Amino acid sequence: MTSFFAILIDGAIYASWLFLVAAGLTIIYGVMRVLNMAHGSFYAIGAYSAASLVGWYFSGEHGNPYWSFLLLIGCALVSGAIVGVIIEKGLLRFLHGRDEILMVIVTYALLLILEDATKLIWGVDPYFAYQPYRLLGQTAVGGSLRFANYDLVLIAVSILVGLAAWFVLNRTNKGRLLRAVIHDREIAIAMGVNVNAMFAATFAIGSVLGALAGALTAPAISVTPGIGVEVIVLAFAVVVVGGLGSIGGAAAGAILVGLSRSFAVHVAPEFELFVIYGVMFLVLAIRPQGLFGQTLARRI
Amino acid sequence: MSLRNCFSSPTEPALLLAAAVFAAGAWLMPAWLAFLLTLALAKALVVLGVVIQMRAGLVSFGQALFFCIGGYGVGLAAQYLGIGDAFALLALGTVAAILLALACGWLLTRYREIFYAMLTLALSMVLYGVLVKSSALGSTDGFNVVPPSFLGWVPEGDARKRTMYLLTVLVAAVVAIGFHRFMVSSLGRVTEAVRENEIRVDFLGISPQGVLFVNYVAAAGVSALGGGLTALASGHIDPDMAIWTTSGEFVFIAILGGTGHVAAPFIGAIVFSVIRTFAIQEAPHFWQMTLGVILLALILFLPKGLWSLVARDRKREVEA
Repeated sequence: MTSFFAILIDGAIYASWLFLVAAGLTIIYGVMRVLNMAHGSFYAIGAYSAASLVGWYFSGEHGNPYWSFLLLIGCALVSGAIVGVIIEKGLLRFLHGRDEILMVIVTYALLLILEDATKLIWGVDPYFAYQPYRLLGQTAVGGSLRFANYDLVLIAVSILVGLAAWFVLNRTNKGRLLRAVIHDREIAIAMGVNVNAMFAATFAIGSVLGALAGALTAPAISVTPGIGVEVIVLAFAVVVVGGLGSIGGAAAGAILVGLSRSFAVHVAPEFELFVIYGVMFLVLAIRPQGLFGQTLARRI
Repeated sequence: MSLRNCFSSPTEPALLLAAAVFAAGAWLMPAWLAFLLTLALAKALVVLGVVIQMRAGLVSFGQALFFCIGGYGVGLAAQYLGIGDAFALLALGTVAAILLALACGWLLTRYREIFYAMLTLALSMVLYGVLVKSSALGSTDGFNVVPPSFLGWVPEGDARKRTMYLLTVLVAAVVAIGFHRFMVSSLGRVTEAVRENEIRVDFLGISPQGVLFVNYVAAAGVSALGGGLTALASGHIDPDMAIWTTSGEFVFIAILGGTGHVAAPFIGAIVFSVIRTFAIQEAPHFWQMTLGVILLALILFLPKGLWSLVARDRKREVEA
């Protein structure tokens, strides 16, 4: 029974992290049809900027330690928005409407460039920002199990992010316009929607979400080069399982992948990585459009 | 009967000439250069697999799967089956990859565009996930490959490097000529038609899926051959052979060389190795950035790769 709870809670923690990472990716794909490999770099940039800033904050007397949480989020907003806008305005703008597979390769090039750019800015030494993680302490569940409260808060944050995305898309005017663009770009243009502005805004939001995932993860890990490359394939697995471009799909994918991984970790640890990609392969093989994706008619 | 009629096109004598020049180089160039070229040519074979899929409009982000199968096939057969002969080892690795491709091909050829890219990526990461966690095979460290014998002869030191190099040149030449014939055959040309308009191909009475299946299996075989040669030449294999960034490198080289000709991946792989050797010496922290910038520049300004420069010159000669 204890291990059942452990699997469940570990799975929920991992799933909420996966959802945070994948949300930005799936939003960008849904609107722009760009499967953004550079999303891993946004994650890395968010993590690095948060780790260095939080490290600075705790290195001296800078007031209440609880402000560091705001610092994490602020970092993500600023760094994600800057990088996102530069990339959209500087490069992707010229490539709108190109082949989806070509965009994968373009963003792969961006990933390579940003990987070295982060090394240039932050060096190759690891960064630690464990203070916010320690600050919240631990909770004992059912006697022998202990979970870091930070991880439990992360579950709430990722539910909040999901709800916010749902609310914006379904209950605001901008969101309705966005859904129109997702549904049919050409008709949306004909109806007078400023699609280019929509794209820029979407890309910025997506990159902020990527950076936010990185910033919120930074206290729980050591921030080292290569975390972006690691994360991006996990995010791919999640969005592909759920169905590319769907927020609900990303949530379902995150839960499925998160639970199966934590099951594997507790029951057969040697299958930890295998399970993630095994699920991805299985879903693609049976339902290529993902669990929540819509079937598209072939255009001739 | 002239010599001309022996070959179906001027490409084949040119390839043979290039192979002869490369082989002659074995006695002229220093051992380290021979080693570098061995790895480059082996990589070119894997890239050739990516290229023939690209000609059919499919980008594989998981070709490292077969690269790794070829490498591990060679390593495992040498370790556990006690096979020492390089030719037998290469054949085993290739056969293993072809069997796997026959099993997966029927599924994969139903996918297009990013779904194909994602599914191939997932498959290679499945293998990576298994290898990383299997301590019997050395987990993330991999293991060393026993030095092979060549038809009973076991060279040592520099002689082994030279022999390995000659073997790679030989294999590359045979594969290049074989794939050139495949690419100009009607089956090879239909793959391009599938890229242009699959439904028309269907209406012409040819099964696009069947064409893609043959293409996929051929790509798997040649990539495994490249993996096997890499394992024999470098004497070491590890799970990173299957990770997706390795596949990304193959896609990069494929775009660098272009898809216009069987020689393109070889040119791409050699140029890539030269750039890398210098870039890692001069500015190790800019290496990936250099790659990214080159890749963007290629997509924007030279979408058909380095081969289009060669082809353009040739066209000019014809016009003049």
